[in-house]
Amino acid sequence: MSEHTYQADTVERAEASPETEQPYEALGVKDDEYARIREILGRRPTSSELAMYSVMWSEHCSYKSSKVHLRQFGERAPEVDFLLVGPGENAGVVDVGEDLAVTFKIESHNHPSYVEPYQGAATGVGGIVRDILTMGARPIAVLDPLRFGPADAADTHRVLPGVVRGIGGYGNSLGLPNIGGEVVFDACYSGNPLVNALSVGVLKKSEIKLAKADGPGNHVVLFGARTGGDGIGGASVLASATFDADKPSKRPSVQVGDPFMEKVLIECCLEIYAEDLVTGIQDLGAAGLSCATTELAAAGTGGMDVKLDLAPLRDATLVPEEILMSESQERMMAVVTPENLPRFFEICEKWDVISTVIGTVTDTGRLRMTWHGETIVDVDPRTLAHQGPVYERPYHRPDWQDALQADAPDAARLARPAGGEQLRATVLRMVASPNLADKTWVLEQYDHRVRGNTVLAHGEDSGMIRLSEESGLGIALSTDGNGRYTKLDPYTGAQLALAEAYRNVAATGATPLAVTDCLNFGSPEDPEVMWQFAEACRGLTDACQILGTPVTGGNVSFYNQTGSEAIHPTPVVGVLGVIDDVARRTRSAFETEGEVLLLVGETLDEFGGSEWAHVVHEHLGGLPPKLDLERERQLGEILVAGSRDGMLSAAHDLSDGGLIQALAESCMRGGKGARVVLPGELDPFVELFSESAGRAVVAVPRSEEKRFTDMCVFRNVPVARIGVVDGDTLEVQGQFEIPLAELREAWTGTFPKLFG
Amino acid sequence: MPARIGVVTFPGTQDDADALRAVRVAGAEPVSLWHRDADLHGVDAIVLPGGFSYGDYLRCGAIARFSPVMESVIAAAHEGMPVLGICNGFQVLCESHLLPGALIRNDGMLFVNRDVRLTVEAADTAWTGGYKAGQEIVIPIKNGEGKFTADERTLDELEATGRVVARYLDNPNGSARAIAGVANAAGNVVGLMPHPEHAIDELTGPYPGPATDGLPFFTSVLQRLIDSELVNA
Amino acid sequence: MARVVVDVMLKPEILDPQGQAVNRALPRLGFDGVVDVRQGKRFEVELEGPADEAALARVREMAERLLANTVIEEYRVRVEA
Repeated sequence: MSEHTYQADTVERAEASPETEQPYEALGVKDDEYARIREILGRRPTSSELAMYSVMWSEHCSYKSSKVHLRQFGERAPEVDFLLVGPGENAGVVDVGEDLAVTFKIESHNHPSYVEPYQGAATGVGGIVRDILTMGARPIAVLDPLRFGPADAADTHRVLPGVVRGIGGYGNSLGLPNIGGEVVFDACYSGNPLVNALSVGVLKKSEIKLAKADGPGNHVVLFGARTGGDGIGGASVLASATFDADKPSKRPSVQVGDPFMEKVLIECCLEIYAEDLVTGIQDLGAAGLSCATTELAAAGTGGMDVKLDLAPLRDATLVPEEILMSESQERMMAVVTPENLPRFFEICEKWDVISTVIGTVTDTGRLRMTWHGETIVDVDPRTLAHQGPVYERPYHRPDWQDALQADAPDAARLARPAGGEQLRATVLRMVASPNLADKTWVLEQYDHRVRGNTVLAHGEDSGMIRLSEESGLGIALSTDGNGRYTKLDPYTGAQLALAEAYRNVAATGATPLAVTDCLNFGSPEDPEVMWQFAEACRGLTDACQILGTPVTGGNVSFYNQTGSEAIHPTPVVGVLGVIDDVARRTRSAFETEGEVLLLVGETLDEFGGSEWAHVVHEHLGGLPPKLDLERERQLGEILVAGSRDGMLSAAHDLSDGGLIQALAESCMRGGKGARVVLPGELDPFVELFSESAGRAVVAVPRSEEKRFTDMCVFRNVPVARIGVVDGDTLEVQGQFEIPLAELREAWTGTFPKLFG
Repeated sequence: MPARIGVVTFPGTQDDADALRAVRVAGAEPVSLWHRDADLHGVDAIVLPGGFSYGDYLRCGAIARFSPVMESVIAAAHEGMPVLGICNGFQVLCESHLLPGALIRNDGMLFVNRDVRLTVEAADTAWTGGYKAGQEIVIPIKNGEGKFTADERTLDELEATGRVVARYLDNPNGSARAIAGVANAAGNVVGLMPHPEHAIDELTGPYPGPATDGLPFFTSVLQRLIDSELVNA
Repeated sequence: MARVVVDVMLKPEILDPQGQAVNRALPRLGFDGVVDVRQGKRFEVELEGPADEAALARVREMAERLLANTVIEEYRVRVEA
């Protein structure tokens, strides 16, 4: 009914009524931002324009608080020759050889997953997969790094099962293997879980698609799902300010995903790409049509005319402001030449995908939208897409940082287990602790096999996907992050996240190439949070330079806090690696009795932010492990060379829980025990549980031991023989012995007990 | 000329690429079939692969069953053409009444992706000739609605007539009598909840293995086609 | 003994992929003239005692806390005659 009675706020009306009060504050637009919009337009914005500026200039879309820090990722990136598309596009693209390119990106869907865990997590997967699809690639895998409040908290039992079912429900229905991620618990994530999603896709190097509307006269096509009132809580302010007819009183803030629609949209797009039918393409994510039209127009010839009333609607009562802000899922926008349009429609029809021409590319430099013939938007699209506000937010090192770092978990401060009995009990307690325990209960809900190219998945150091059956070319991916380390020292903490993901990729035999990051932080308006953010960005940039892995894109998620209590700063880093032949991948499992176990890297007394201090003493203080990035790089090269030259039977990175956790996991995965003789002069507790960086444990055949250790010595990386693969117990000589069955019972029992 | 084996793609099908690969690895010529196309393009056998046809929103397989290709598949199956339905394909075959019973939500209520041990009970169907009756194999399952159910009389009849094709050793979803797969009376139509197409390759098959126990489903039908001279030279 | 029925439906403004998939399939099967389909859940709750106001209040609480996810769903409680 509103279609007839709705009186749009037109450009003409805006010009005639400059004094009209507009509810910009309720849309999150600041006084000075509103003044700037008026200055840009030379008049007050129409309510549709205001809607567009409010979403495009939001933190989420404009990166206004983070931009000044993110710039260094590009400006101080390492020189590489494989980067085809860098930060700023929908996702970065990397040349992996054989005329193939890989695009990958990580994103957050934290807040929606707290409100409605299933749909929040599901649409998080859907959104990142569309980003990959938009680059012209076939999505081929997803990874989901997750963080929740304490494992035994009531709210975690509401959030976690829903999030896991949502990721499985959506990802499995898309036919995308889920090959990695993390499940981490910490009280700081109570009321603010982190649900990050990474997707990766593959395409021919020559077929990269970009989000730009080129060629005046070309059609602008909206295709996929109809537009509903999803995620436009804010727009109701506008609707009621300009119009007060009866309409659904509440617009849903929850977006519901339709994975079936997305699956057909993927196949439909890939068929359209294969015939080269689009000149530009953009997915509709945050800020929906506002974002897609402005970004396409701003990056292309410069102008676009859109008849907004042509957009297919799920709810006929939607008004233009709402249509522009709607975040309905599973929608795409393409720019298509008139010659290609009939074939484009044919393919959409084949897949039962609704497609509608809603506009035309122009060379006017203006984005103009009409609603039943009346002009409601007339803006320079670049002012929306590129000329948003940029803030130099004030930041300073928190006053409490010194005290936190001074509170080191040394032996005098935290009681350490001594003697075989206590160490044995600690091992069993640690492997059963939620962060270190077996995650099968979660992982069995994900399909990691579909598409038949998954060479490694959960339980290995990184996920690995075969790209070519002929050559064996493949990629590896790992995501890592440690909020506790980053809280203790944001600069080093972010670097440690990168180093761990880098090490994990190398441990499987792949050469680390490039980085995507999801920067989860509290409020940027808090100078202490802003300092954490600035330090983390600086740390990541510095580390990327040394490791030679550029950041290709990612996502910033601010305002992760409950009241004034921010989460631990949690940069989650994804590293992509390439492997020339997946047949030589290295598993983490000890499979062959009699093989020699070597510890590569140096162990120090480092327990700041460690899993042990967290589990046993609920303590967080001191400094995170030291990081020697040059050595980290050497270790990576050793692990890759060991794989290439056939020296390695198994490799497993040492991180959370230290050496004993890595040994336990590799033993259980391979079903073989180990006899371990601790090498050094350090306290056995330190040898077993320290979380020193830059380390890995490997299994090598006896015949390869000398060659491998020579290689380590040559590269100046410490290496020590620590035992052999043997029997069905994990034995640390002179200390304790644990039958694998007992270890496995402790390790696997936790999740079913908590969530089963 | 090798045998041609068709793999049907419905909207929402996921494992079609895997099934096509399995057919190729087995030595047959893989042929993609589209749900809207009633023409079977001269194939000698058909695989209905796994996935979530039409989102599995109403009931698994319920909408796919009415697609044009299924009319032809049903007719061909009645005339003896070998048809294998895997997971969602099994559900489509049940909805089509080519196979008895139905697949309902797992006992555990959750989607389960796991390598499971099976015994091949019937080695005389078109798709299982390459196994020995009683042979134990490892093949993955991945489903949320994979619990096989049928009335007692039907179950008794399936058992008595040797139409239980495979049985779980550790029933993962509460299936009646641990049934993982069944055949029609003629033995040309087989429905299987586990995914043999995910167990054809040392690199991507079950770990720690055996990794290729699924391949004989595809080589068996090839042998059957050769034996019965269904392949036109 | 009384039977109380709880119908749970997605709120009207929430996307219903299930209903839409069925809606799209109907014309293919020759059922024309259908404008929309929405899919929901029906619970039949058998009570020991009569379905009096107190009992219905309890069923409403059940629906609120367990049967429906009130973030995206709404429910209706009625007594089956």
